[in-house]
Amino acid sequence: MTTNTAPQVGDPAVRPGIEGFLQVKDLRVHFPTDDGVVKSVDGLSFNLERGETLGIVGESGSGKSVTSLSIMGLHAPGTARISGQVVLKGDKLIGASPEHVRRLRGKNMAMIFQDPLSAMHPFYTVGHQIIEAYRVHNNVSKKVARKHAVDMLERVGIPQPDQRVDEYPHQFSGGMRQRAMIAMALSCDPELLIADEPTTALDVTVQAQILDLIRDLQQEFNSAVIIITHDLGVVAELADDILVMYAGRAVEYATAHEIFTAPQHPYTWGLLGSMPRLDRERTERLKPIQGTPPSLINVPSGCPFHPRCTYAQLTGGASETDRPDFVEISDRHFLACHLPTQDRRRVWETDIKPSL
Amino acid sequence: MTSAPADSATTGSPASGASEDLLVVTDLQKHFPIRRGLLQRQVGAVQAVDGMSFTVRRGETLSLVGESGCGKTTTGRMLTRLIEPTGGTILFEGRDITHLSAGRMRPLRRDVQMIFQDPYGSLNPRHTVGTIVGAPFRLQDVKTEHGTKRTVQELLELVGLSPEHYNRYPHEFSGGQRQRIGIARALALKPKLIVADEPVSALDVSIQAQVINLLEDLQDELGLTYVTIAHDLSVVRHMSDRVAVMYLGKMVEIADRTPLYERPMHPYTVALMSAVPIPDTGRRTKRDRIRLVGDVPSPVNPPPACRFHTRCWKAQEICRTVEPPLAELAPGHRVACHFPENLTDLPVPVARTNGPGEPQD
Repeated sequence: MTTNTAPQVGDPAVRPGIEGFLQVKDLRVHFPTDDGVVKSVDGLSFNLERGETLGIVGESGSGKSVTSLSIMGLHAPGTARISGQVVLKGDKLIGASPEHVRRLRGKNMAMIFQDPLSAMHPFYTVGHQIIEAYRVHNNVSKKVARKHAVDMLERVGIPQPDQRVDEYPHQFSGGMRQRAMIAMALSCDPELLIADEPTTALDVTVQAQILDLIRDLQQEFNSAVIIITHDLGVVAELADDILVMYAGRAVEYATAHEIFTAPQHPYTWGLLGSMPRLDRERTERLKPIQGTPPSLINVPSGCPFHPRCTYAQLTGGASETDRPDFVEISDRHFLACHLPTQDRRRVWETDIKPSL
Repeated sequence: MTSAPADSATTGSPASGASEDLLVVTDLQKHFPIRRGLLQRQVGAVQAVDGMSFTVRRGETLSLVGESGCGKTTTGRMLTRLIEPTGGTILFEGRDITHLSAGRMRPLRRDVQMIFQDPYGSLNPRHTVGTIVGAPFRLQDVKTEHGTKRTVQELLELVGLSPEHYNRYPHEFSGGQRQRIGIARALALKPKLIVADEPVSALDVSIQAQVINLLEDLQDELGLTYVTIAHDLSVVRHMSDRVAVMYLGKMVEIADRTPLYERPMHPYTVALMSAVPIPDTGRRTKRDRIRLVGDVPSPVNPPPACRFHTRCWKAQEICRTVEPPLAELAPGHRVACHFPENLTDLPVPVARTNGPGEPQD
């Protein structure tokens, strides 16, 4: 992948000469409420190719899920004010008619939700729900569609799929429901798969099975995958690139390897430092990020992270007044931070790196 | 923070009366009846907990880990006597509390408190923080030197909230702050034992660390004893002195933290550890994960003998017929398995490498 070496203001969506498979440009999703406008997503850009996996991480309220719902066009009309661009294979999704987006959903893009019990209809059998989705996009008889549903259930590792296909969601265990939902999402070979916290509700052993499954299926179908999670362990398993979000904005974007070995944003440092890790010596104390995530109605001025940032005073007040640009600091590593480069390098080398 | 001496963990059948043991649990059982039909006759039982024996020493943190449905929450609720065990005994400071009535139990509630998982569901939305944290004083009719309000405000400061929060309502607080309110309430009467059921799993990572540090500080300051119930193995390693692993209502392994994480012996523990996603991309290819097949069997009809044999890659005929006893295979390290792993003295970091004989997918 070739990029200009000179730092450029902009976003990962602007990769010269490349027509992205999925391009998100300056996405803004605002919800007007009685208390004020909730700026859930405020100027987010990224780019994704087929066969790649992007991990989006952040705390609750950072806008991860809202982003995925706007890509899928799933916000109820009239509730959200959406601006910016989402382009899937040259097809503009924002501003397109709901009917047009509806035809893309399932066939071109599909979603795996966090809670399979509420995402599946309790009144219909699992098979019925997969068959319905398949027949919307493929002109086939019920019999063929049913055969396809059984195949899909088998593919995701459900035992005795020809019997299980006629069971209801409540008869499945948590892990099997999640598998069934993956089968449903994949039934039309989507090119883009968005998984929103796909394993949060599951036990670790089942989580491992599901992550393996997503990885295997991605290789098989060569789809683009966006995985949204708060668990850095999960993205480390799956993602090629990682986008770190805070208060509705991207604060850091780099390859997964880079995020874990040479992160640059103080928030990413905080996230990595605050979680206990099995692969490190046990430390006496964890290093939490001070304070709490901001309200999205009154987002702090300047850099939204500055009230919680240990290094905010090193920026000479800029972090309180100016919103930092999201710039490319090295090849495919984007950052929104006011810290001067020397200071950041020094802090990373002396304070952060030894303790990670 | 040191782990307690290893030799006292050896109490296979716990000796009662030892002053070091705050809690002695022997063969604890809870079977929930399943009733069907017009006469509501009992047709079976969910064997949620089936024969747990362990001790909890003063000042230590014992963690119960396992997958959902393994009975860890039920065990926690029995220790606090929110539900009554169907069998076995619980000795708290040498006193049998297994079948105490609600009235006889009440004085003991000062000493045994609970922190709940859900910071949203565990606080009454109609009560102010002052009422919530002050409730234990009212219920137990405890008079404090400068009045309840002053004490409650001191408690709020202790857990990192401000005294002005006294008149606010729970909805005005974030998840992490609510969890602190729950902790303040649990601490109100200076308990000896706190059972914490998934105290941080509902919180964001950055807030999680704050609450874990708070719990540790309070333990050092007030000499508390914790029984923590959790499913996140990295959090458990950080918080506990000893760890007990449960599977389908049984304890399969119990040991001090370090031996358990460095040399897990039960195949189930080994599988659990290998399943934890590690935030390190360099490890993605090197690490072979042990994939457990299938789901946890139903506790209504648990498999005979060793309950793990249906998913275990080492299972042999004996595992289906003879139940393995919880035997002490190393000092302070008890395991219920016929074919334990890591029996050698070599410290093999099993979370990262595969021992011989494990399946390679």
